[in-house]
Amino acid sequence: MADPITLTINGRALQVPAGTLVIEAAKKHGIEIPAFCYYEGFTLQAACRMCLVEVEKMGKLQPACTLPAAEGMVVLTESPKVVDARKGMLEFLLTNHPLDCPVCDKGGECELQDMVFRYGAGESRFVEIKHHENEKQWSPAVYYDPARCILCYRCVRVCDEGLGVGALGLTHRGVHAEITPSHGDHLECDECGWCIDVCPVGALTSGTYRYKSRPWEMNYAGTVCTHCSNGCKTTLSVRNGEVIRANNRDRSGINGEFLCVKGRFGFDFVHSEERLQAPLLRKDGKLEPVSWSEALAAVAAKFGEVKARGGKFGVIGSTRTTNEENYFLQKFARQGLGTANIDHHRSGDVVTLLDALKGKTDALATVGDLYTTKAALVIGSDLSQQHPLLAVQLRADYRHHQSSTYVVTPGEVREDQYAAKSVRAKAGEELAAVEALREDLSKHESLVILFSDAIKGEAVGKLVAFGDSLGAAVKYVCLQDYSNSRGAMDMGLLPDLGPGYHAAPAAGMSMDQMLAAKDLDVLWVVGANPLENTALASESAFVVVQDLFLTETAGRADVVLPAASAYEKTGTVTNVCGEVQRLKQGPKVMGVKSDLEIMGLLAKELGLSLGIWTADKVFEEIRKTVHGYNVALPVIATGGAAQTTPVNGGVPVTVRPELIRSAGDTLFTSGTLGRYSKMLQGVMEAPGELYKR
Amino acid sequence: MTFSPELEAKFAKMVQQYPQGRQKGALIPMLLFAQDEVGAVTPDVIAEVARRLSVKPVEVEEVIGYYTMLTKEPRGKHHIQICTNVSCMLTGGEELFAHACKKLGIGNKQKTADGQFSLEETECLGACSWAPAMLVNYDFHFAITPEKLDQLIDSLKKTQ
Ligand code: SF4
Ligand code: SF4
Ligand code: SF4
Ligand code: FES
Ligand code: FES
Repeated sequence: MADPITLTINGRALQVPAGTLVIEAAKKHGIEIPAFCYYEGFTLQAACRMCLVEVEKMGKLQPACTLPAAEGMVVLTESPKVVDARKGMLEFLLTNHPLDCPVCDKGGECELQDMVFRYGAGESRFVEIKHHENEKQWSPAVYYDPARCILCYRCVRVCDEGLGVGALGLTHRGVHAEITPSHGDHLECDECGWCIDVCPVGALTSGTYRYKSRPWEMNYAGTVCTHCSNGCKTTLSVRNGEVIRANNRDRSGINGEFLCVKGRFGFDFVHSEERLQAPLLRKDGKLEPVSWSEALAAVAAKFGEVKARGGKFGVIGSTRTTNEENYFLQKFARQGLGTANIDHHRSGDVVTLLDALKGKTDALATVGDLYTTKAALVIGSDLSQQHPLLAVQLRADYRHHQSSTYVVTPGEVREDQYAAKSVRAKAGEELAAVEALREDLSKHESLVILFSDAIKGEAVGKLVAFGDSLGAAVKYVCLQDYSNSRGAMDMGLLPDLGPGYHAAPAAGMSMDQMLAAKDLDVLWVVGANPLENTALASESAFVVVQDLFLTETAGRADVVLPAASAYEKTGTVTNVCGEVQRLKQGPKVMGVKSDLEIMGLLAKELGLSLGIWTADKVFEEIRKTVHGYNVALPVIATGGAAQTTPVNGGVPVTVRPELIRSAGDTLFTSGTLGRYSKMLQGVMEAPGELYKR
Repeated sequence: MTFSPELEAKFAKMVQQYPQGRQKGALIPMLLFAQDEVGAVTPDVIAEVARRLSVKPVEVEEVIGYYTMLTKEPRGKHHIQICTNVSCMLTGGEELFAHACKKLGIGNKQKTADGQFSLEETECLGACSWAPAMLVNYDFHFAITPEKLDQLIDSLKKTQ
């Protein structure tokens, strides 16, 4: 980097790297220069003139958002001349602005309001009738009120540059200028709501939140999205126990402010009228609501009886429940019930990857690495649809650092737009296609390889051998489906491996084997829907299900215990890159209990001593006993993500690759859970199709 | 969609006139020529031009919305544009425009029922020295009076 230069802002001498914009230089040193159109990380627009500053020896006021700092520059950001100019700009912005702040969603957190409050354009010289356009609905998620729009282009740029969707544009001129959606009168896009999020005023509003609340009348809970495996931090806005908005305006967390449609709008399943709110017990062939004590007693009696006679248990865990719950479940199964038959729906071959990486350190990428790597290789995934955050990271890396992305997929993907090379490869031919990219890939000093379930079993070892042979610093991401798919593996919801990938004392049946075993006595399913398309072979099996909804599996159950969702509890989850984050309780739903509490109560009923069942205590145990989970508590306690450092070799691999199957969700589906989100079901793009753009 | 062989040839040449990677520059002329041939910038035209120049359809919309010479609605066979900007206003442009409205029975940006005429009030045509000025499709007419306008419209009606 070039030598730093020195400039003076408001009398303070500051050192910044050459080429830094004055607005950034000021911000870095705690001096705020107001801006509407400038948005960090996106192209410069210089459209709003809010950032004008006075620069010595320059005749006119200069826009700080496009002015590079120069040696010896003397800048004033709040001189009388500047303040006057800003006041004038605000008077212009308010010419046609409706000033309906009392009913506007943005009231209280509006940048225009703040600026007018600060610089006071309390009076206007305009006496003409205000030009007005009515508000429009563009989709179930996005509404646009042209009268409030200040034409800053932020929405246009995040959609185009940030996502590569480019669904928004600005059309017409002068007072008639307004933002237009991709399809004339409506949007066909990712429905992510990022545009709503960055809008400095209340011009873009959200279908779930509009006209429902004032920002100061809500409680906020910073937690983790429960949908895909990327692990975006999301802040739930909760009013009277109900979630009405999800965003992450403070940019805390690995995702900054990004959330996809599932994170931003797909929280409504929480308050679905189909939520189970009382335990159900099968009586005379019918599931009847009963009290918690009756339901728990029925389960405990059956578990006790089958255990006593040495019967056959099958336990299936979840890819969305917390690490604490998964850990406790496997402990319950192995120590409490004495069974080795425990598994979950596996979607990526983490086990073989960890084995192949034996002896290496620092070979697992974080979400942050995707923004800094020189190159990335995506194998077998429609990343923008299946791993939206990872896709946004790679795109930003390309935009800001000119990184090279290579894609090996069966069909077109959005990454093709900027990929250094895109190769179409049929299932099973991916490795050959990767080999053909050897020369390109070895040009880069760092590389992150992201692979889906297209690469599993032996192929993983071959891929790692290929990575080794490139002579670059290679890191890996084994793509998985859901918010805690990784945690389910790490916590030992596997028939042959315990927590931390240690060999289990005894090897048990896989999920497929349990479902096919005619002599299974008990099937205990915690937060999964294995019977969605498969019938249970054992007709006499006693089935216990913990879930939010009456899924196909719950419909077959003898006892259904209504569970709390991730948004209603505490605990930790581990994302696709092995980063642990903490959940925080937002809303409350009557009648449900967290899976941890349910298991704790069951253990008590059965007289088992499995330890205290609070999330904090169980996590303490995990930190002490599960390899790699000894993460720094302050990091996660303050809402950060701590990468786990899993086992370094010595993983006993007996994985059967055919058991690893991604559910193949699109941007608008989220397994069984997605079916209960009206918003995800309601957008016209749903359910979407992979490899279409 | 494909255009007439002549237009296709024109487009092929046009695209080559811009430096590699700047083909987007051909957007406005392409839209204008396509509009002349098709009659309007239809959704098909938008999609096709966007595809050929590798721009997003919404960028094409932006350009159409900005320039009044581009239209998504087909205009009359004779598109009359009367200038009412300063020089023309001072020399009777506004009266002329009102006269045209009355004569044709249509208002600004409207079309006669038979599709023969459409009318538009326009900004300075760069012909101030000969104000008031007007355009019929691509032809200029200068120093117009209401009588001249009547004659012009009548003669256009005869050429139908
Ligand atoms: S919702 Fe997302 S994809 Fe759709 S227009 Fe807004 S930013 Fe673009
Ligand atoms: S809608 Fe909002 S973000 Fe988009 S241009 Fe208008 S004010 Fe800016
Ligand atoms: S990318 Fe994944 S984790 Fe992030 S908001 Fe979307 S579904 Fe949730
Ligand atoms: S922030 Fe500088 S012109 Fe808008
Ligand atoms: S004002 Fe009419 S041509 Fe210039």
